[in-house]
Amino acid sequence: MKSLAELAKIREEALKKVNIRTDRKGTRIVVGMATCGISAGARPVMSALINESQKRNLTDVEITQTGCIGVCRLEPIVEVYKEGMEKVTYVEMTEEKARRVIAEHIVNGQIVSEFTIGATEK
Amino acid sequence: MELVRSHVLVCGGTGCTSSGALDIEAKFAEELNRHELENEVKIVRTGCFGLCEAGPIVIVYPEGAFYSRVTADDIARITEEHLLKGRIVKDLLYAESVEDDVIKSIDEVGFYQKQERIALKNCGVINPEIIEEYIAMDGYKALGQVLTEMSPEDVIDEIKKSGLRGRGGGGFPSGLKWQFTYQAEGDVKYVACNADEGDPGAFMDRSVLEGDPHTIIESMAIAAYAVGAERGYVYIRAEYPIAVNRLEIAIEQAREMGLLGEGIFDTDFNFDLEIKLGAGAFVCGEETALIASIEGERGMPRPRPPFPAQKGIFGKPTLLNNVETYANITQIILNGSEWFAGIGTEKSKGTKVFALGGKIENTGLLEVPMGTTLREVIFEVGGGIPNGKAFKAVQTGGPSGGCLTDEHLDTPIDYDNLVELGSMMGSGGMIVMDEDNCMVDVARFFLDFTVDESCGKCTPCREGTKRMLEILNRICEGKGVMKDLETLETLSHSIKDAALCGLGQTAPNPVLSTLEHFRDEYVTHVADKKCLAGVCTDLLQIVIKDGCIGCTACTRVCPVDAIIGERKAVHVIDQEKCIKCGACIDKCPVKVIVKE
Repeated sequence: MKSLAELAKIREEALKKVNIRTDRKGTRIVVGMATCGISAGARPVMSALINESQKRNLTDVEITQTGCIGVCRLEPIVEVYKEGMEKVTYVEMTEEKARRVIAEHIVNGQIVSEFTIGATEK
Repeated sequence: MELVRSHVLVCGGTGCTSSGALDIEAKFAEELNRHELENEVKIVRTGCFGLCEAGPIVIVYPEGAFYSRVTADDIARITEEHLLKGRIVKDLLYAESVEDDVIKSIDEVGFYQKQERIALKNCGVINPEIIEEYIAMDGYKALGQVLTEMSPEDVIDEIKKSGLRGRGGGGFPSGLKWQFTYQAEGDVKYVACNADEGDPGAFMDRSVLEGDPHTIIESMAIAAYAVGAERGYVYIRAEYPIAVNRLEIAIEQAREMGLLGEGIFDTDFNFDLEIKLGAGAFVCGEETALIASIEGERGMPRPRPPFPAQKGIFGKPTLLNNVETYANITQIILNGSEWFAGIGTEKSKGTKVFALGGKIENTGLLEVPMGTTLREVIFEVGGGIPNGKAFKAVQTGGPSGGCLTDEHLDTPIDYDNLVELGSMMGSGGMIVMDEDNCMVDVARFFLDFTVDESCGKCTPCREGTKRMLEILNRICEGKGVMKDLETLETLSHSIKDAALCGLGQTAPNPVLSTLEHFRDEYVTHVADKKCLAGVCTDLLQIVIKDGCIGCTACTRVCPVDAIIGERKAVHVIDQEKCIKCGACIDKCPVKVIVKE
C-alpha cells in the first residue's frame, strides 16, 4: 500500500467488519426466536434477512434475536428499530416478505404496512 | 461482503490460553457448525481484556455480554441459548455485571468503571493477527500523518509537550530522550524497544504485545522518523512465546502491506525492524545490558555516561523505550499532546497500566489515569481483599520497589509521590498483601530473586546482596540476632550507593521499606523467634490441640513417623522429628491440628 488514500479505504472496509463491537447507531432488526418463533419458521426468515442485507451491502444494520414477544399466534415476528422512526412490528413473516421489508423499509425508508401487526386488526 | 450478525470475542492472552481458551474456540467452531451458524457468527481471538481473575473470558457482540470463567462445557449452552435463540445466559455472565436481573454494560462494573484505556485501547477488542482490524481502529493513520504532514522536530515537540515519561519505571521525559537521540551525531541510528519485562508478577508489556503488536511497530516507525533511524530492534524475553509469535505475524503483515520497508507511504522514509530474543536474564532489562545482549555480548551493564542516546547498539545513537511508552505514542499523535497532558497529574501525565496481583479479588491488568489513589485501585478497581482478610501492605515496583501500608492508601499514584514514601511505581507491578503474609519473608523473596539475577560484575551487588540474603535466611530460620537489623541497614545503604546499575541500586529497597514499616515483625522473628503471620515454617510448631479423637489418621500419613498415638488415645507430635510438612493438618478429620 502506498498512499494515505489507500490506507483510508482499507480502514473504511475493515471498520464495517469490526464496528459490531463498538457502540453504534443505525438500524436494529430483531427476530423473535423463542420456541413459538422457531417452530413457526423464524430461522429461514432470519437467514433471508441476513442474506438480503448482504446482497445489498448494508452497513449499520444489526440483526439479532429475542425471546417470545407475546403474540405467539402471529409468529414469525420481526421488529425494526430504525433511527428517527418508530418501532415497527411485522408479523406472520416469510422469507419473501422479509426480503421486501429489507428493500422497502430498510433501504427506502417505507414501512410495508400490510405486513405490520396493525394490519391484522382490520 | 459477508454479513456477520454477531462477533464472539475469545480472549487469547497467555492467562486465558493456559486456562483453555483454545479448546473454547475449537468447541465454538464445532457448535456453530452443528447449528449451521458459521456464516452468521464470527469467532475472534483477541488479546488480554485485563480481568484475568475471571478468565477464560468470552464477549458476545452486539449485545456486549461478558461471559466469565467459561469452560468448554458451557459452549453448547451459550451457542444454543444466546447465539441461536438470543437469550443471554445470565448465570454464565460475570457476576458483577448482573444486578437485580438487569444486565449492566461491562463499562459499569467495578473493575472497568475507573479505567481509561489508552495503551490498552485495542487489547481485547481486535484480533491482533489481522492487520485490517488494527487499521479499522485508526491503525497506521498516525504514521501516515507524521510522514506526510510533520517534520521530525514537530514530532519531538508533540511528545515533549504531552509530558509522556518512560513507562519502564525510570520515568525519564520521553520527548527529551527523543530529542537527545535526534541531536546526537551519527550517520546510523537505531530505535529499540525494551520488551524484557523481568519484574515478577508484571505482565503489562506482555499483554500489549499479545493484544496489539501493531501499535509497537507503528510507534517505533514514528520514533525512527523523529530521531533519524532506519532500523529497529525489539528485545523481547523468550518466556513470552505468544507475544513473540504475534509480533512476528504482525511484522510480516506490515511488510506485506508496505508499512515496513522502503519508501513508506511513498515518502523517502525507510524503516524495518527485527526481533531479538532474551535468554532469561532479569538484568537484560537494564538498558546497557540489553544493548550488550543485542550486540551478541554477555548481558552486563556498563557505566553511563555515555548514555544510549549518544552511544548505544554497536556504538551508534540509540533510542530505547519501554513497550508501554511506545503504546502511548500513536494516541498522542492522533489526539494531540494537549489531550494527553490533560490526563493525570501535574508532573505525571497520561495513564499507567498496572498488573494487580496477590491477595486481591480482581487479579488482572488495569489502566488508570495517573493520580488515581492506591485505595481506589485496590478497593474499587481491584475489588478489595478476598475472604474478609485485612489489608496489610502493597508492594509496588517489583524487586526494585518497596511496601506501602494503609496509612499511605490515599496517596495519588504517580512517579514522584511513591518515591517520596520509600517505594516507586516502577513498571507497574502491584502485589497486595494481607494479614497472612510475613513481611520478612516478602523481603527475602525479592532479595532471593535479585541475588539470583545479579550479573556479578560489581562487588557491592554480587557480594552485598548475597550477604543480605544470608542474614534474612538466618532470621527466618530463627537464628537471627538484633545486630542483624543494623547490618541489613548499613549493607543496604552501601549497596545503593555503590552498585553499578539499577538492579543493585534498588535491590535493597524491599528490605529497607519493610524494616521501616514493619520493624516489629523483624524484632519478633529475632527476639521471640516467632512468625506471627504463620509463614516461616522454621519458627512454627505443628501442634495437636484438644479434641483429638485418636483415629490414627495423622500417624499414618506422617512421612517421618513423628506422631505418637494409640487408637482412642490423644496423639502427640514429637517436635524433634517433625519436618513441618503439614500433611497431618490436611488429614485430621476433626481439624484439631494447627500451626502456631
